[in-house]
Amino acid sequence: MTRILPRKDAVIVGLGWTGSIIANELADEGLDVLALERGPWRDTATDFNIGYAQDELRYAIRKDLFLQPALEAITMRNNPSQTALPMRDYGSFLPGHGVGGAGVHWNGHTWRFWDSEFRINSHLTERYGAAKFAGLDLQDWGVTAAEMEPYYDAFEYLCGISGKAGNIRGQKQPGGNPFEDPRAREYPLPPMQMTYAPTLFAEAARTLNLSPFPTPSANLSGAYVNSLGVAMGQCTMCGFCERFGCANYSKSSAQTCVLPVLMRKRNFELRTECEVLKVELHRSGNMARGVTYVDSSGEEFFQPADIVLLCAYGLQNVRLMMLSGIGKQYDPNTNEGTVGRNYCYQTNCGTQVFLEGKELNPFIAAGSLGQTVDDFNGDAFDHGNVNFVGGAGINCIPTNARPIGYRPVPPGTPRWGSAWKRETARNYRSTLSFGCQGSSYPQRSNYLDLDPTYKDRHGRPLLRMTFEFPDNDIRMSHFMSDRSEEIARALGGRQHTTSRATKAWNSVPYQSTHNTGGAIMGTDPTRSAVNRYLQSWDVNNVFVVGASAFAHNAGKNPTGTVGALAFLAADAIRNRYLKAAGQPLVAA
Amino acid sequence: MTSPPIRSGSRRELLASVAVTSLLASASEAGARGYSGSLPFRTYSADPPRPVLPGAWVFFTQDEAVAVEAIVDRLVPADDLSVGGKEAGCAVFIDRQLAGPYGHSSRLYTQGPFLPGLPTQGYQGEMNPAQRYRAGLAAIDAHLKREKGRGFAALPAVEQDAFLTRLEKGEVTLPPGSGGAQGFFNLVLQNTMEGFFSDPVYGGNRGMASWRMLGFPGTRYDYRDWVSKHNQRYPLPPVSIMGAPEWSAR
Ligand SMILES: Cc1cc2nc3c(=O)[nH]c(=O)nc-3n(C[C@H](O)[C@H](O)[C@H](O)COP(=O)(O)OP(=O)(O)OC[C@H]3O[C@@H](n4cnc5c(N)ncnc54)[C@H](O)[C@@H]3O)c2cc1C
Ligand code: SF4
Repeated sequence: MTRILPRKDAVIVGLGWTGSIIANELADEGLDVLALERGPWRDTATDFNIGYAQDELRYAIRKDLFLQPALEAITMRNNPSQTALPMRDYGSFLPGHGVGGAGVHWNGHTWRFWDSEFRINSHLTERYGAAKFAGLDLQDWGVTAAEMEPYYDAFEYLCGISGKAGNIRGQKQPGGNPFEDPRAREYPLPPMQMTYAPTLFAEAARTLNLSPFPTPSANLSGAYVNSLGVAMGQCTMCGFCERFGCANYSKSSAQTCVLPVLMRKRNFELRTECEVLKVELHRSGNMARGVTYVDSSGEEFFQPADIVLLCAYGLQNVRLMMLSGIGKQYDPNTNEGTVGRNYCYQTNCGTQVFLEGKELNPFIAAGSLGQTVDDFNGDAFDHGNVNFVGGAGINCIPTNARPIGYRPVPPGTPRWGSAWKRETARNYRSTLSFGCQGSSYPQRSNYLDLDPTYKDRHGRPLLRMTFEFPDNDIRMSHFMSDRSEEIARALGGRQHTTSRATKAWNSVPYQSTHNTGGAIMGTDPTRSAVNRYLQSWDVNNVFVVGASAFAHNAGKNPTGTVGALAFLAADAIRNRYLKAAGQPLVAA
Repeated sequence: MTSPPIRSGSRRELLASVAVTSLLASASEAGARGYSGSLPFRTYSADPPRPVLPGAWVFFTQDEAVAVEAIVDRLVPADDLSVGGKEAGCAVFIDRQLAGPYGHSSRLYTQGPFLPGLPTQGYQGEMNPAQRYRAGLAAIDAHLKREKGRGFAALPAVEQDAFLTRLEKGEVTLPPGSGGAQGFFNLVLQNTMEGFFSDPVYGGNRGMASWRMLGFPGTRYDYRDWVSKHNQRYPLPPVSIMGAPEWSAR
């Protein structure tokens, strides 16, 4: 039996990065806001305790903080002719779980996408002609970088991002990223103190006339009081950042940036260990009545609400839409449908340079402490003479040297025995690694839908992911491997090795938790699921917030843009939707 | 079209009082909770690791333990760089891991149907790590007794290495479901490395042997004083979650 609860103005599904930002904004508006979070309450002192937060086995290897596949798995295959099977353990990406979501255990590389990315179809068509990207379903997002700027600014000042501006109101800034679009002001904090490896990388890159700059980081270079008045501490470069909660209040997250303020608001309520099963629609189909959820005792509730915000992480947003009948399922055969399309990922390659006689102290590290080269990212360079579109950021960001996972040895080294041990000890402190984080562009056969066979613990179909690296992206990545080789040669060293992207995306080794698309924003209601305000085209009081809205993925980490989109959606609700509740903000 | 539920211009008054909501707390004490009006803090809600204590085997039989100790001692042999895998506690580590949630795949997706998968789809077997060890060790023992007349631990080191190499290359047949010879070898290798390099609190890496070998300072957590000292080796010895022997010596 489902228990019916008193109505709320807004119900937020998931209290991670986007959920906490929007909850706080809507609570400021005076709305009666409820967040439903599937996982447990988590906070710094209790859950990221400085006495044992730095436990590699527990957090990085056994993945204590992550979504456990027993609760919700995803099935995968590389193309529609194969049978998808469940990822019995998450590997290639690791969705978050619990209050704070994946923002608890992210690295904190915090990027802005460029105007040439938001307007990718128009931009590439103007510059090269549409034939240049035939076969890739590249769409404009419906916003420009100038429109996004205040929302990026809001997210960066909420987080206390450490970085160096490259372009303030059109004025180029020495030391920053020369390719970025104009920003209104400097980063809230200066860049972090550089460790040795990124310093060497930057020196080598400069000899090749590239433009390295400090990676914008959500690991704080100094003490900071954020835009909500919350105090944060300096990052100590502990080397237990990605996959771990921060014990120092130095990594931006819902816990460190939003919850101390949000949780005190009397018109905000959080219910943890409550999993939303479905958004319930009115018979008309174009308005939601609320959500059905189940708590950890197994009891089911119906929570009526006037606005429903899906903030459950991109992939779970898409699955909830499918389970609720919001939007039309994408069909790769006809190329029709709005939900599930344009699923993209990230196209990576990496280089290791085995130096001799250097003490890199690789364990002195933070999630985003490093240097980036953007000369070959996106459309920063002329693609007239290359056979692909897109690009990659080249990042030297040594995040850790935790020894279960980090043991670089030259190719050909045995995996065990005396020779293995000798090489492991020899190279541990003197290997320099950097990687290319490449763009991922949509193609027809990469999409999300519901699995016909495998079910979750409630008997509902799992999400099915069909993904392969498009040829264009493989060519792009090979180009980046070649550029990496040039930097490796400039670095010198005893020897170096660079990986080259190959087909068949493998779900086992970790690549990145940058799953994008599936409920994309856009201007065409037949080819996108939400409008430029992240409002569902189909159900007017449902907003879908997260990287699910990305129409493609750039060669950058997503969360700067995800956070900005959360502020954009909140602004749209506060200043547009509440004045015309129940109405579409963009005419279909 | 349904009528808009929020009247334009009207903003809800703040709810008068919403202390910690009792609704859900009463519905299920175990898990689901409602919070409002303050940052929740419950004393003793931290969940530190429980240190592995030396002592009797928990998962392995005596015969299995002897074989695993011999295997980890070849994967991580004793030499001038460190003690061997056995002395470092790798077998104890694996024993305790197999007895816990890891051994039983209790956090993984274990619903059927179980179908043979593509390499890109990862392990699709029905057996969990505990079952794979039980079956894999028994099969290795039977294989070696048939071939050599004795179990793994009784072989000379050179033959042990040769056999492990054959397992690694998949040249030995193990029962289906365990992931095959290569799959089983990779599992044991992975677990051995986990034991050798993880925090000693879990029973392996005794005396922080592997961390001393690498120069990894362990759980120190604050390197602000050394970040700018480029190309200068970090001077302090490692510390684990349970501290360091140097501390108690004093
Ligand atoms: C290891 C790792 C490293 C990363 N590093 C970076 C980085 O360096 N830079 C970067 O830009 N990004 C990074 N990311 C990605 C970043 O963490 C995410 O982009 C970001 O957290 C997304 O915010 P979100 O609000 O969409 O989802 P989340 O923050 O994950 O929040 C979603 C919440 O919804 C809850 N939820 C899900 N389903 C339900 C349901 N049915 N009912 C109720 N609640 C539900 C979840 O439990 C979760 O708490 C990283 C991610 C990981 C895992
Ligand atoms: S590296 Fe810095 S921000 Fe990351 S967990 Fe450690 S102290 Fe926190």
